[in-house]
Amino acid sequence: MAQLATRNLGKKYSDTEVLKDINIEVEKGEVFTLIGPTGAGKTTLLRLLDLLDRPSSGQVYFNGMDVTGDNKNRLTIRRKMAFVLQKPAVFSESVYANVACGLQWRGTGRNITRKRVDEVLAMVGLTDYIHRNARTLSGGEVQRVAIARAMATEPEVLLLDEPTANLDPVSASRVEQLIGQIVSRYGTTIVMSTHDMAQGQRLASKIAVLVSGEVIQTGDSRQIFYSPLNRDIARFVGVENIIDGVITEREGDLVTITADNRSIEAVSGYGKGEKVSACIRPEEVTITLTGTSSSARNSFAGDIVNIQAYGSFSRVTIDCGFSLIALITTRSAAELALEKGKGVFVTFKASGVHIIKR
Amino acid sequence: MEELWQGLQKAVELIINLDPEVMEVVGRSLRISVTSSLLASVICIPLASLIHFRNFLGKRALINIIQTLFSVPTVIIGLFVFVFISSTGPFGSMGLLFTPTAMIIGQMILVSPIMLGLIISALSGVDTAIRDTALSLGASELQSIVVILKEARYAVIAALIMGFGRAISEVGCALMVGGNIRGFTRVITTAISLETSRGELELSIALGIILLLIALIINVALNRIQQR
Repeated sequence: MAQLATRNLGKKYSDTEVLKDINIEVEKGEVFTLIGPTGAGKTTLLRLLDLLDRPSSGQVYFNGMDVTGDNKNRLTIRRKMAFVLQKPAVFSESVYANVACGLQWRGTGRNITRKRVDEVLAMVGLTDYIHRNARTLSGGEVQRVAIARAMATEPEVLLLDEPTANLDPVSASRVEQLIGQIVSRYGTTIVMSTHDMAQGQRLASKIAVLVSGEVIQTGDSRQIFYSPLNRDIARFVGVENIIDGVITEREGDLVTITADNRSIEAVSGYGKGEKVSACIRPEEVTITLTGTSSSARNSFAGDIVNIQAYGSFSRVTIDCGFSLIALITTRSAAELALEKGKGVFVTFKASGVHIIKR
Repeated sequence: MEELWQGLQKAVELIINLDPEVMEVVGRSLRISVTSSLLASVICIPLASLIHFRNFLGKRALINIIQTLFSVPTVIIGLFVFVFISSTGPFGSMGLLFTPTAMIIGQMILVSPIMLGLIISALSGVDTAIRDTALSLGASELQSIVVILKEARYAVIAALIMGFGRAISEVGCALMVGGNIRGFTRVITTAISLETSRGELELSIALGIILLLIALIINVALNRIQQR
Protein backbone atom coordinates (compact mmCIF):
# COMPACT_ATOMS: atom_id res chain seq x y z
CA MET A 1 0.00 0.00 0.00
CA ALA A 2 1.34 3.37 -0.98
CA GLN A 3 2.01 5.80 1.83
CA LEU A 4 0.67 8.72 -0.16
CA ALA A 5 -1.42 8.48 -3.29
CA THR A 6 -3.80 10.50 -5.41
CA ARG A 7 -6.71 9.46 -7.61
CA ASN A 8 -7.67 11.73 -10.49
CA LEU A 9 -6.70 14.72 -8.42
CA GLY A 10 -7.57 18.08 -9.97
CA LYS A 11 -7.44 21.71 -8.95
CA LYS A 12 -9.13 24.65 -10.60
CA TYR A 13 -8.71 28.33 -9.78
CA SER A 14 -11.82 30.02 -11.18
CA ASP A 15 -11.67 28.80 -14.79
CA THR A 16 -8.03 27.80 -14.96
CA GLU A 17 -7.29 24.12 -14.55
CA VAL A 18 -3.98 24.05 -12.72
CA LEU A 19 -3.90 20.29 -12.17
CA LYS A 20 -5.85 17.56 -13.88
CA ASP A 21 -6.19 13.84 -13.26
CA ILE A 22 -3.09 13.42 -11.18
CA ASN A 23 -2.50 9.78 -10.24
CA ILE A 24 0.65 9.20 -8.26
CA GLU A 25 1.71 6.63 -5.72
CA VAL A 26 4.50 7.33 -3.27
CA GLU A 27 5.85 4.28 -1.47
CA LYS A 28 7.15 4.42 2.07
CA GLY A 29 10.79 5.49 2.31
CA GLU A 30 11.22 6.56 -1.29
CA VAL A 31 12.26 9.92 -2.67
CA PHE A 32 9.55 10.88 -5.11
CA THR A 33 10.49 13.83 -7.28
CA LEU A 34 8.16 16.00 -9.30
CA ILE A 35 10.04 17.64 -12.09
CA GLY A 36 8.61 20.11 -14.51
CA PRO A 37 8.99 23.67 -15.73
CA THR A 38 7.95 26.64 -13.60
CA GLY A 39 4.18 26.96 -13.52
CA ALA A 40 3.56 23.26 -14.20
CA GLY A 41 1.57 22.88 -10.97
CA LYS A 42 4.23 21.33 -8.71
CA THR A 43 3.55 23.65 -5.76
CA THR A 44 -0.21 23.25 -6.15
CA LEU A 45 0.15 19.46 -6.01
CA LEU A 46 2.38 19.59 -2.91
CA ARG A 47 -0.13 21.89 -1.18
CA LEU A 48 -2.93 19.43 -1.94
CA LEU A 49 -0.84 16.53 -0.62
CA ASP A 50 -0.17 18.44 2.61
CA LEU A 51 -3.91 19.13 2.95
CA LEU A 52 -3.26 22.88 2.95
CA ASP A 53 -5.69 23.38 0.06
CA ARG A 54 -8.68 21.37 -1.06
CA PRO A 55 -8.79 19.79 -4.50
CA SER A 56 -11.54 20.60 -7.01
CA SER A 57 -11.81 16.91 -7.87
CA GLY A 58 -10.26 13.57 -7.00
CA GLN A 59 -8.87 12.17 -3.77
CA VAL A 60 -5.75 12.11 -1.65
CA TYR A 61 -4.97 8.87 0.20
CA PHE A 62 -2.71 8.67 3.22
CA ASN A 63 -1.75 5.10 4.16
CA GLY A 64 -4.65 3.92 2.08
CA MET A 65 -7.21 6.14 3.80
CA ASP A 66 -9.12 8.75 1.80
CA VAL A 67 -8.31 12.00 3.61
CA THR A 68 -9.60 14.44 0.99
CA GLY A 69 -12.73 15.74 2.65
CA ASP A 70 -12.02 14.52 6.15
CA ASN A 71 -12.37 17.60 8.35
CA LYS A 72 -12.06 15.72 11.60
CA ASN A 73 -8.72 14.08 10.88
CA ARG A 74 -7.25 16.83 8.70
CA LEU A 75 -5.02 18.18 11.47
CA THR A 76 -4.04 14.68 12.65
CA ILE A 77 -2.99 13.66 9.14
CA ARG A 78 -1.24 16.95 8.47
CA ARG A 79 0.73 16.42 11.67
CA LYS A 80 2.17 13.22 10.18
CA MET A 81 3.65 15.29 7.38
CA ALA A 82 5.87 18.35 7.17
CA PHE A 83 6.11 20.73 4.26
CA VAL A 84 9.08 22.99 3.52
CA LEU A 85 7.81 25.81 1.32
CA GLN A 86 9.79 27.08 -1.64
CA LYS A 87 10.48 30.36 0.10
CA PRO A 88 10.41 29.28 3.73
CA ALA A 89 9.19 31.89 6.16
CA VAL A 90 10.88 31.97 9.53
CA PHE A 91 9.09 33.32 12.56
CA SER A 92 10.77 36.41 13.95
CA GLU A 93 11.97 34.54 17.01
CA SER A 94 15.06 32.60 17.97
CA VAL A 95 16.22 29.63 15.91
CA TYR A 96 15.30 27.45 18.91
CA ALA A 97 11.72 28.76 18.97
CA ASN A 98 11.45 28.25 15.22
CA VAL A 99 12.54 24.64 15.40
CA ALA A 100 10.60 23.85 18.57
CA CYS A 101 7.24 25.25 17.42
CA GLY A 102 5.98 22.12 15.66
CA LEU A 103 6.63 20.05 18.77
CA GLN A 104 5.06 22.64 21.06
CA TRP A 105 1.91 22.66 18.95
CA ARG A 106 1.73 18.90 19.37
CA GLY A 107 2.00 19.28 23.12
CA THR A 108 5.41 17.60 23.36
CA GLY A 109 7.11 17.97 26.75
CA ARG A 110 9.87 20.50 27.30
CA ASN A 111 12.71 18.01 27.80
CA ILE A 112 11.91 15.95 24.74
CA THR A 113 11.50 19.13 22.69
CA ARG A 114 14.90 20.38 23.81
CA LYS A 115 16.50 17.06 22.91
CA ARG A 116 14.87 16.91 19.48
CA VAL A 117 15.80 20.52 18.68
CA ASP A 118 19.44 19.91 19.63
CA GLU A 119 19.48 16.77 17.52
CA VAL A 120 18.08 18.33 14.33
CA LEU A 121 20.13 21.51 14.68
CA ALA A 122 23.24 19.35 14.92
CA MET A 123 22.11 17.51 11.81
CA VAL A 124 21.78 20.73 9.79
CA GLY A 125 24.95 22.16 11.34
CA LEU A 126 23.33 25.14 13.05
CA THR A 127 23.89 24.27 16.70
CA ASP A 128 25.78 27.51 17.30
CA TYR A 129 22.86 29.55 15.96
CA ILE A 130 20.34 28.27 18.50
CA HIS A 131 19.81 31.65 20.18
CA ARG A 132 20.08 33.82 17.07
CA ASN A 133 17.01 35.61 15.75
CA ALA A 134 16.01 33.54 12.72
CA ARG A 135 15.36 36.71 10.72
CA THR A 136 19.08 37.47 10.68
CA LEU A 137 20.04 34.23 8.90
CA SER A 138 21.18 33.95 5.27
CA GLY A 139 19.07 32.22 2.61
CA GLY A 140 20.91 28.93 2.90
CA GLU A 141 20.70 28.98 6.69
CA VAL A 142 16.98 29.75 6.56
CA GLN A 143 16.49 26.77 4.27
CA ARG A 144 18.36 24.56 6.76
CA VAL A 145 16.31 25.90 9.68
CA ALA A 146 13.18 25.15 7.65
CA ILE A 147 14.33 21.57 7.08
CA ALA A 148 15.36 21.17 10.74
CA ARG A 149 12.00 22.57 11.85
CA ALA A 150 10.20 20.08 9.65
CA MET A 151 12.34 17.13 10.75
CA ALA A 152 11.97 17.98 14.44
CA THR A 153 8.39 16.73 14.27
CA GLU A 154 9.59 13.33 12.96
CA PRO A 155 7.21 13.34 10.00
CA GLU A 156 6.31 10.18 8.11
CA VAL A 157 6.31 12.24 4.91
CA LEU A 158 8.50 15.25 4.19
CA LEU A 159 7.33 17.52 1.37
CA LEU A 160 9.96 19.83 -0.13
CA ASP A 161 9.11 22.49 -2.69
CA GLU A 162 12.14 23.37 -4.79
CA PRO A 163 14.45 23.06 -1.78
CA THR A 164 17.47 24.54 -3.53
CA ALA A 165 15.86 26.94 -6.00
CA ASN A 166 16.96 30.15 -4.32
CA LEU A 167 20.35 29.04 -3.06
CA ASP A 168 23.93 29.51 -4.19
CA PRO A 169 25.69 26.32 -5.42
CA VAL A 170 27.47 25.66 -2.10
CA SER A 171 24.33 26.00 0.02
CA ALA A 172 22.38 24.01 -2.56
CA SER A 173 24.73 21.05 -2.40
CA ARG A 174 24.64 21.21 1.40
CA VAL A 175 20.87 20.99 1.34
CA GLU A 176 21.06 18.11 -1.12
CA GLN A 177 23.43 16.25 1.19
CA LEU A 178 21.04 16.91 4.02
CA ILE A 179 18.16 15.37 2.10
CA GLY A 180 20.29 12.30 1.43
CA GLN A 181 21.13 12.11 5.13
CA ILE A 182 17.47 12.31 6.14
CA VAL A 183 16.62 9.42 3.84
CA SER A 184 19.40 7.19 5.10
CA ARG A 185 19.02 8.09 8.77
CA TYR A 186 15.27 8.34 9.30
CA GLY A 187 13.87 6.53 6.27
CA THR A 188 11.47 9.42 5.83
CA THR A 189 9.32 9.33 2.71
CA ILE A 190 10.16 12.41 0.67
CA VAL A 191 8.12 14.12 -2.00
CA MET A 192 10.02 16.98 -3.54
CA SER A 193 9.64 19.22 -6.53
CA THR A 194 12.42 20.62 -8.62
CA HIS A 195 12.95 22.18 -12.00
CA ASP A 196 16.57 21.06 -11.84
CA MET A 197 16.66 17.76 -13.74
CA ALA A 198 20.12 16.91 -12.55
CA GLN A 199 18.99 17.27 -8.95
CA GLY A 200 16.05 14.99 -9.65
CA GLN A 201 18.48 12.48 -11.05
CA ARG A 202 20.81 12.71 -8.06
CA LEU A 203 18.19 12.35 -5.36
CA ALA A 204 15.15 10.61 -6.70
CA SER A 205 14.14 7.00 -6.52
CA LYS A 206 11.07 7.80 -8.60
CA ILE A 207 10.38 10.76 -10.86
CA ALA A 208 7.12 12.14 -12.18
CA VAL A 209 7.29 14.67 -14.99
CA LEU A 210 4.64 17.34 -14.59
CA VAL A 211 3.91 19.57 -17.56
CA SER A 212 0.95 21.97 -17.75
CA GLY A 213 -0.80 20.36 -14.81
CA GLU A 214 -0.52 16.79 -16.01
CA VAL A 215 1.81 13.94 -15.09
CA ILE A 216 3.08 12.83 -18.46
CA GLN A 217 5.65 10.25 -17.41
CA THR A 218 6.55 8.42 -14.21
CA GLY A 219 9.57 6.21 -13.75
CA ASP A 220 13.04 5.91 -12.29
CA SER A 221 15.63 8.47 -13.29
CA ARG A 222 17.13 6.25 -16.04
CA GLN A 223 13.80 5.85 -17.74
CA ILE A 224 13.02 9.56 -17.61
CA PHE A 225 16.42 10.81 -18.66
CA TYR A 226 17.29 8.25 -21.31
CA SER A 227 13.88 7.11 -22.51
CA PRO A 228 11.59 10.16 -22.40
CA LEU A 229 8.11 9.39 -23.69
CA ASN A 230 7.70 12.40 -25.94
CA ARG A 231 9.44 15.46 -27.34
CA ASP A 232 8.31 17.76 -24.50
CA ILE A 233 9.81 15.53 -21.84
CA ALA A 234 12.90 14.93 -23.98
CA ARG A 235 13.47 18.68 -24.30
CA PHE A 236 12.85 19.19 -20.61
CA VAL A 237 15.27 16.50 -19.44
CA GLY A 238 18.07 17.94 -21.53
CA VAL A 239 17.91 16.08 -24.84
CA GLU A 240 19.10 18.82 -27.14
CA ASN A 241 19.30 16.83 -30.35
CA ILE A 242 15.91 15.73 -31.63
CA ILE A 243 16.13 14.71 -35.28
CA ASP A 244 13.03 13.75 -37.25
CA GLY A 245 13.28 10.88 -39.73
CA VAL A 246 11.81 7.62 -40.99
CA ILE A 247 12.95 4.07 -40.21
CA THR A 248 14.17 2.67 -43.52
CA GLU A 249 15.85 -0.52 -42.43
CA ARG A 250 15.63 -2.98 -39.61
CA GLU A 251 17.92 -5.78 -38.55
CA GLY A 252 17.01 -7.35 -35.25
CA ASP A 253 16.95 -4.51 -32.75
CA LEU A 254 19.12 -2.32 -34.91
CA VAL A 255 17.27 0.18 -37.10
CA THR A 256 18.42 2.73 -39.61
CA ILE A 257 16.70 6.09 -39.62
CA THR A 258 16.98 8.30 -42.65
CA ALA A 259 16.95 12.01 -41.87
CA ASP A 260 18.06 14.79 -44.19
CA ASN A 261 19.68 12.19 -46.50
CA ARG A 262 21.81 10.92 -43.62
CA SER A 263 21.45 7.55 -41.95
CA ILE A 264 21.41 7.22 -38.20
CA GLU A 265 21.65 3.80 -36.60
CA ALA A 266 19.81 3.18 -33.38
CA VAL A 267 18.39 0.45 -31.16
CA SER A 268 14.60 0.41 -31.24
CA GLY A 269 11.59 -1.86 -31.35
CA TYR A 270 9.77 0.18 -34.01
CA GLY A 271 9.32 -1.27 -37.51
CA LYS A 272 10.24 -0.15 -41.02
CA GLY A 273 8.38 2.88 -42.36
CA GLU A 274 7.65 4.30 -38.90
CA LYS A 275 7.98 8.09 -38.57
CA VAL A 276 10.18 8.74 -35.56
CA SER A 277 12.36 11.28 -33.81
CA ALA A 278 15.91 10.35 -32.84
CA CYS A 279 16.87 11.80 -29.44
CA ILE A 280 20.56 12.15 -28.70
CA ARG A 281 21.81 13.65 -25.44
CA PRO A 282 24.60 16.17 -26.18
CA GLU A 283 26.98 14.39 -23.80
CA GLU A 284 26.65 11.21 -25.93
CA VAL A 285 28.20 13.00 -28.91
CA THR A 286 31.99 13.02 -29.19
CA ILE A 287 34.11 15.17 -31.49
CA THR A 288 37.31 14.02 -33.23
CA LEU A 289 39.50 15.66 -35.81
CA THR A 290 40.07 12.47 -37.81
CA GLY A 291 37.20 10.11 -38.50
CA THR A 292 39.04 7.12 -37.06
CA SER A 293 36.78 4.19 -36.46
CA SER A 294 35.54 3.38 -33.01
CA SER A 295 32.81 1.14 -31.71
CA ALA A 296 30.34 3.95 -32.32
CA ARG A 297 28.11 3.17 -35.31
CA ASN A 298 27.27 6.74 -36.17
CA SER A 299 29.99 9.01 -37.51
CA PHE A 300 29.48 12.15 -39.58
CA ALA A 301 31.72 14.87 -40.99
CA GLY A 302 30.60 18.43 -40.38
CA ASP A 303 31.56 22.01 -39.68
CA ILE A 304 31.44 23.78 -36.35
CA VAL A 305 28.73 26.46 -36.38
CA ASN A 306 28.98 27.70 -32.84
CA ILE A 307 30.84 27.16 -29.56
CA GLN A 308 29.44 28.27 -26.20
CA ALA A 309 31.30 27.82 -22.93
CA TYR A 310 29.36 26.80 -19.78
CA GLY A 311 31.99 26.81 -17.09
CA SER A 312 33.99 23.62 -17.44
CA PHE A 313 31.83 22.39 -20.33
CA SER A 314 31.47 23.68 -23.88
CA ARG A 315 28.44 23.30 -26.05
CA VAL A 316 29.51 22.83 -29.66
CA THR A 317 26.99 23.07 -32.51
CA ILE A 318 28.00 21.14 -35.62
CA ASP A 319 26.31 21.17 -39.02
CA CYS A 320 26.60 17.67 -40.47
CA GLY A 321 23.58 17.64 -42.75
CA PHE A 322 21.44 18.13 -39.68
CA SER A 323 22.39 20.27 -36.73
CA LEU A 324 23.95 18.38 -33.83
CA ILE A 325 24.94 19.68 -30.42
CA ALA A 326 27.82 18.09 -28.51
CA LEU A 327 28.71 18.73 -24.87
CA ILE A 328 32.44 18.28 -24.25
CA THR A 329 34.80 19.57 -21.60
CA THR A 330 36.19 23.01 -22.26
CA ARG A 331 39.66 21.50 -21.80
CA SER A 332 39.20 19.00 -24.63
CA ALA A 333 37.70 21.76 -26.81
CA ALA A 334 40.93 23.67 -26.30
CA GLU A 335 43.10 20.59 -26.91
CA LEU A 336 41.31 19.97 -30.21
CA ALA A 337 41.66 23.69 -31.01
CA LEU A 338 37.98 23.83 -31.93
CA GLU A 339 36.77 27.03 -33.53
CA LYS A 340 33.94 28.24 -35.68
CA GLY A 341 34.09 26.90 -39.25
CA LYS A 342 36.51 24.09 -38.44
CA GLY A 343 35.77 20.72 -40.01
CA VAL A 344 35.38 17.86 -37.50
CA PHE A 345 33.89 14.39 -37.13
CA VAL A 346 31.06 13.69 -34.72
CA THR A 347 30.32 10.19 -33.45
CA PHE A 348 27.71 8.61 -31.20
CA LYS A 349 26.73 5.07 -30.39
CA ALA A 350 23.58 3.41 -31.66
CA SER A 351 22.67 2.70 -28.05
CA GLY A 352 23.00 6.43 -27.30
CA VAL A 353 20.04 7.18 -29.54
CA HIS A 354 16.54 7.07 -28.04
CA ILE A 355 13.69 6.72 -30.51
CA ILE A 356 10.33 8.41 -29.98
CA LYS A 357 7.41 7.71 -32.30
CA ARG A 358 6.09 10.89 -33.92
CA MET B 1 1.69 88.26 26.84
CA GLU B 2 2.56 89.05 30.47
CA GLU B 3 -0.34 86.85 31.57
CA LEU B 4 0.84 83.93 29.48
CA TRP B 5 4.40 84.21 30.81
CA GLN B 6 3.19 84.28 34.42
CA GLY B 7 0.87 81.37 33.70
CA LEU B 8 3.74 79.35 32.30
CA GLN B 9 5.96 80.08 35.31
CA LYS B 10 3.26 79.10 37.76
CA ALA B 11 2.42 76.04 35.75
CA VAL B 12 6.00 74.82 35.94
CA GLU B 13 5.93 75.42 39.71
CA LEU B 14 2.72 73.38 40.01
CA ILE B 15 4.33 70.48 38.20
CA ILE B 16 7.65 70.65 40.06
CA ASN B 17 5.91 70.84 43.43
CA LEU B 18 3.70 67.90 42.47
CA ASP B 19 0.59 69.95 43.25
CA PRO B 20 -1.97 67.56 44.77
CA GLU B 21 -4.84 68.74 42.60
CA VAL B 22 -2.82 68.47 39.40
CA MET B 23 -1.51 65.03 40.32
CA GLU B 24 -4.96 63.81 41.29
CA VAL B 25 -6.43 64.85 37.91
CA VAL B 26 -3.50 63.37 35.98
CA GLY B 27 -3.71 60.10 37.94
CA ARG B 28 -7.42 59.78 37.24
CA SER B 29 -6.92 60.52 33.54
CA LEU B 30 -4.30 57.81 33.26
CA ARG B 31 -6.38 55.30 35.26
CA ILE B 32 -9.49 55.82 33.15
CA SER B 33 -7.72 55.83 29.77
CA VAL B 34 -5.46 52.89 30.55
CA THR B 35 -8.47 50.89 31.75
CA SER B 36 -10.56 51.76 28.71
CA SER B 37 -7.67 50.97 26.34
CA LEU B 38 -6.91 47.64 28.00
CA LEU B 39 -10.55 46.59 27.98
CA ALA B 40 -10.84 47.69 24.35
CA SER B 41 -7.75 45.64 23.41
CA VAL B 42 -9.17 42.55 25.07
CA ILE B 43 -12.17 42.87 22.79
CA CYS B 44 -10.44 44.22 19.68
CA ILE B 45 -7.56 41.71 19.29
CA PRO B 46 -9.82 38.65 19.00
CA LEU B 47 -12.47 40.57 17.07
CA ALA B 48 -9.96 41.94 14.56
CA SER B 49 -8.52 38.41 14.14
CA LEU B 50 -12.01 37.06 13.54
CA ILE B 51 -12.69 39.72 10.90
CA HIS B 52 -9.32 39.19 9.25
CA PHE B 53 -9.28 35.40 9.18
CA ARG B 54 -12.90 34.71 8.32
CA ASN B 55 -14.34 35.30 4.89
CA PHE B 56 -17.88 36.55 4.99
CA LEU B 57 -20.27 38.63 2.94
CA GLY B 58 -19.75 42.36 3.51
CA LYS B 59 -16.25 41.99 4.98
CA ARG B 60 -14.87 44.78 2.80
CA ALA B 61 -17.81 47.04 3.69
CA LEU B 62 -17.33 46.34 7.40
CA ILE B 63 -13.65 47.27 7.20
CA ASN B 64 -14.62 50.47 5.37
CA ILE B 65 -17.08 51.36 8.11
CA ILE B 66 -14.47 50.67 10.79
CA GLN B 67 -12.00 52.95 9.01
CA THR B 68 -14.62 55.69 8.66
CA LEU B 69 -15.19 55.55 12.41
CA PHE B 70 -11.49 56.35 13.05
CA SER B 71 -12.44 60.02 13.03
CA VAL B 72 -15.85 59.83 14.63
CA PRO B 73 -16.39 63.05 16.70
CA THR B 74 -16.03 62.38 20.40
CA VAL B 75 -19.24 64.25 21.16
CA ILE B 76 -21.17 61.82 18.96
CA ILE B 77 -19.89 58.93 21.09
CA GLY B 78 -20.71 61.03 24.16
CA LEU B 79 -24.23 61.58 22.92
CA PHE B 80 -24.64 57.89 22.05
CA VAL B 81 -23.50 56.69 25.49
CA PHE B 82 -25.50 59.44 27.20
CA VAL B 83 -28.73 58.32 25.52
CA PHE B 84 -28.19 54.77 26.75
CA ILE B 85 -27.24 55.51 30.35
CA SER B 86 -29.25 58.63 31.16
CA SER B 87 -32.04 58.04 33.67
CA THR B 88 -34.59 57.59 30.86
CA GLY B 89 -32.30 55.37 28.75
CA PRO B 90 -32.32 51.55 28.62
CA PHE B 91 -29.48 51.30 31.16
CA GLY B 92 -30.57 54.31 33.20
CA SER B 93 -31.36 52.24 36.27
CA MET B 94 -27.71 51.25 36.61
CA GLY B 95 -26.83 54.80 37.64
CA LEU B 96 -23.81 55.01 35.41
CA LEU B 97 -24.22 58.59 34.23
CA PHE B 98 -21.50 60.96 35.48
CA THR B 99 -19.27 58.15 36.77
CA PRO B 100 -15.76 57.06 35.73
CA THR B 101 -17.37 53.81 34.51
CA ALA B 102 -19.41 55.79 31.98
CA MET B 103 -16.24 57.53 30.81
CA ILE B 104 -14.47 54.19 30.41
CA ILE B 105 -17.38 52.81 28.37
CA GLY B 106 -17.39 55.93 26.18
CA GLN B 107 -13.64 55.76 25.57
CA MET B 108 -13.79 52.05 24.80
CA ILE B 109 -16.33 52.72 22.08
CA LEU B 110 -14.30 55.66 20.86
CA VAL B 111 -10.98 53.82 20.50
CA SER B 112 -12.31 50.48 19.28
CA PRO B 113 -12.51 51.43 15.56
CA ILE B 114 -8.90 52.66 15.57
CA MET B 115 -7.68 49.55 17.34
CA LEU B 116 -9.73 47.21 15.15
CA GLY B 117 -8.70 48.92 11.91
CA LEU B 118 -5.03 49.10 12.76
CA ILE B 119 -4.89 45.51 14.08
CA ILE B 120 -6.60 44.25 10.91
CA SER B 121 -4.05 46.04 8.76
CA ALA B 122 -1.25 44.77 11.02
CA LEU B 123 -2.48 41.20 10.44
CA SER B 124 -2.79 41.66 6.69
CA GLY B 125 0.79 42.90 6.69
CA VAL B 126 2.02 39.45 7.75
CA ASP B 127 3.34 37.32 4.88
CA THR B 128 0.84 34.60 3.90
CA ALA B 129 3.75 32.15 3.96
CA ILE B 130 3.77 32.48 7.77
CA ARG B 131 0.30 30.97 8.01
CA ASP B 132 1.12 28.21 5.51
CA THR B 133 4.33 27.46 7.37
CA ALA B 134 2.54 27.22 10.70
CA LEU B 135 -0.21 24.98 9.31
CA SER B 136 2.28 22.77 7.50
CA LEU B 137 4.23 22.29 10.72
CA GLY B 138 1.10 21.03 12.41
CA ALA B 139 -0.48 24.14 13.93
CA SER B 140 -4.24 24.08 14.42
CA GLU B 141 -6.25 27.02 13.05
CA LEU B 142 -6.15 28.72 16.43
CA GLN B 143 -2.42 28.10 16.89
CA SER B 144 -1.76 29.57 13.45
CA ILE B 145 -3.71 32.72 14.38
CA VAL B 146 -1.61 33.09 17.52
CA VAL B 147 1.53 32.75 15.35
CA ILE B 148 0.37 35.52 13.04
CA LEU B 149 -0.55 37.80 15.96
CA LYS B 150 2.91 37.18 17.37
CA GLU B 151 4.50 38.04 14.03
CA ALA B 152 2.47 41.25 13.92
CA ARG B 153 3.12 42.02 17.59
CA TYR B 154 4.87 45.36 17.09
CA ALA B 155 2.19 46.67 14.76
CA VAL B 156 -0.50 45.39 17.13
CA ILE B 157 1.12 47.14 20.11
CA ALA B 158 1.33 50.30 18.02
CA ALA B 159 -2.41 50.01 17.35
CA LEU B 160 -3.11 49.72 21.08
CA ILE B 161 -0.95 52.76 21.86
CA MET B 162 -2.71 54.78 19.17
CA GLY B 163 -6.00 53.87 20.84
CA PHE B 164 -4.72 54.98 24.24
CA GLY B 165 -3.53 58.27 22.72
CA ARG B 166 -6.99 58.95 21.39
CA ALA B 167 -8.59 58.01 24.73
CA ILE B 168 -6.48 60.25 26.93
CA SER B 169 -6.70 63.26 24.66
CA GLU B 170 -10.45 63.32 24.02
CA VAL B 171 -12.66 65.81 25.83
CA GLY B 172 -16.17 65.65 24.35
CA CYS B 173 -17.20 62.25 25.58
CA ALA B 174 -15.54 62.59 29.00
CA LEU B 175 -17.37 65.87 29.58
CA MET B 176 -20.77 64.63 28.45
CA VAL B 177 -20.94 61.29 30.28
CA GLY B 178 -18.45 62.06 33.08
CA GLY B 179 -19.77 65.49 33.98
CA ASN B 180 -16.37 66.91 35.04
CA ILE B 181 -17.13 66.43 38.75
CA ARG B 182 -14.22 67.60 40.87
CA GLY B 183 -12.51 64.75 42.70
CA PHE B 184 -14.62 62.15 40.91
CA THR B 185 -14.71 62.44 37.12
CA ARG B 186 -12.50 65.41 36.40
CA VAL B 187 -9.69 64.45 34.02
CA ILE B 188 -6.91 66.45 32.32
CA THR B 189 -8.87 67.51 29.26
CA THR B 190 -12.10 68.42 31.05
CA ALA B 191 -10.13 70.30 33.70
CA ILE B 192 -8.29 72.32 31.04
CA SER B 193 -11.57 73.22 29.37
CA LEU B 194 -13.17 74.32 32.65
CA GLU B 195 -10.20 76.18 34.16
CA THR B 196 -9.58 78.06 30.91
CA SER B 197 -13.19 79.25 30.80
CA ARG B 198 -12.80 80.38 34.43
CA GLY B 199 -9.58 82.29 33.60
CA GLU B 200 -7.39 79.98 35.73
CA LEU B 201 -4.73 79.79 33.09
CA GLU B 202 -1.81 78.47 35.16
CA LEU B 203 -3.62 75.24 36.08
CA SER B 204 -4.72 74.80 32.45
CA ILE B 205 -1.22 75.36 31.15
CA ALA B 206 0.26 72.96 33.73
CA LEU B 207 -2.20 70.25 32.71
CA GLY B 208 -1.62 71.06 29.04
CA ILE B 209 2.12 70.59 29.46
CA ILE B 210 1.57 67.24 31.16
CA LEU B 211 -0.80 66.12 28.39
CA LEU B 212 1.79 67.09 25.81
CA LEU B 213 4.43 65.18 27.77
CA ILE B 214 2.21 62.10 27.76
CA ALA B 215 1.74 62.54 24.00
CA LEU B 216 5.51 62.84 23.61
CA ILE B 217 6.13 59.68 25.62
CA ILE B 218 3.56 57.83 23.51
CA ASN B 219 5.23 59.02 20.35
CA VAL B 220 8.69 58.03 21.46
CA ALA B 221 7.37 54.61 22.47
CA LEU B 222 5.62 54.22 19.11
CA ASN B 223 8.72 55.18 17.19
CA ARG B 224 10.85 52.73 19.08
CA ILE B 225 8.36 49.94 18.50
CA GLN B 226 8.04 50.70 14.81
CA GLN B 227 11.80 50.70 14.40
CA ARG B 228 12.04 47.06 15.49
